[in-house]
Amino acid sequence: MNQWKNFSKGFFKDNPVFVMLLGMCPTLGVTSSAINGLGMGLATTFVLVMSNIVVALVKDFIPEKVRIPSFIVIIASFVTVVEMVMQAYLPALFEALGLFIPLIVVNCLVLGRAEAFASKNTLGSSVVDGLGMGLGFSMALTMLGAVRELFGSGKIFGLSLFSESYGMLIFVLAPGAFIALGYLTAFINKVRKA
Amino acid sequence: MTYFIIIISAIFVNNIVLSQFLGICPFLGVSKKISTGIGMTGAVTFVMVIATIVTYFIQEFILEKFGITYLQTISFILVIAALVQLVEIVLKKVSPPLYQALGVFLPLITTNCAILGVAIMTVSRDYNLIEAVIFSASSAVGFGLALITFAGIREQLDLVNVPKGMQGAPIALVVAGLLAMAFMGFAGLV
Repeated sequence: MNQWKNFSKGFFKDNPVFVMLLGMCPTLGVTSSAINGLGMGLATTFVLVMSNIVVALVKDFIPEKVRIPSFIVIIASFVTVVEMVMQAYLPALFEALGLFIPLIVVNCLVLGRAEAFASKNTLGSSVVDGLGMGLGFSMALTMLGAVRELFGSGKIFGLSLFSESYGMLIFVLAPGAFIALGYLTAFINKVRKA
Repeated sequence: MTYFIIIISAIFVNNIVLSQFLGICPFLGVSKKISTGIGMTGAVTFVMVIATIVTYFIQEFILEKFGITYLQTISFILVIAALVQLVEIVLKKVSPPLYQALGVFLPLITTNCAILGVAIMTVSRDYNLIEAVIFSASSAVGFGLALITFAGIREQLDLVNVPKGMQGAPIALVVAGLLAMAFMGFAGLV
């Protein structure tokens, strides 16, 4: 398989957020700022790549019937690793992401790639697939976070572009997440088809 | 009084879907018709309450007792996955009509982050057993309220002429945003 195609499909053609609508909970929940979105995206990427590697390695030893629970245990182990490392070295980000870090376990994107891709393909392709999908997911989260941060408080990555008093608070709050993602999805679909 | 506050807060103010962003996948996925929305709500309520009780005991008597709370994520998700299977088998045997009604939704529930989310929230807020049951039940009611309202709106949405670029997911997300805005009216209630 063409590895470049395999890698790049996660960004536009099969973007997990805008096209496949997977992993919506963290997408909406943590993107009140661009940096939170990026942090969540990279944490998910790590879990995705590692679980893809392990699943691709052990796929021949797992009986068909218990494969889903086995995949969940593999994913949960890496999530625990991320949780502990983040708590130790990035406590501020850990606080901001909160509940959504343990919830990476039930992110349908991670289980979906393990089941649909890594359990059927070679180690190399699985790593590339995990990287592409994970970075595509990170890109989507960062974009959404940047849009919400910009409209909500006039900043991007904490850099002030205009006065905070012009910001629309609604974009930082819950409804803004849905609305911003709705319009962003429409926009990306338009660009994708053009 | 504390119980009352937990109920109002979980259903309206901190609605699990519209303000906590948990369970978005079923919220967007099975909300095309009111009837499927009701079925999903039933299945979620059932599993959520049982899962919260079971994980409460696991946290209390196994994880904390042996000082292995770092295994929380792994043990909780395994318990929930096993529980969903168990509920499915028991329901099939004990109550075929109920199984008929909820059956198709049960496998989807393992990856519903609302279940794991509520279990973890219960533990991190130090609820006792009664509070945990009340909290999980009212969270499920909140999930149902959001899901069924949204399904009702989407049924109406089928009849209108949506601009081409906004069809499908984008318009659903914008509608969900407006619904979330309506729920923000409850803020400050408790």
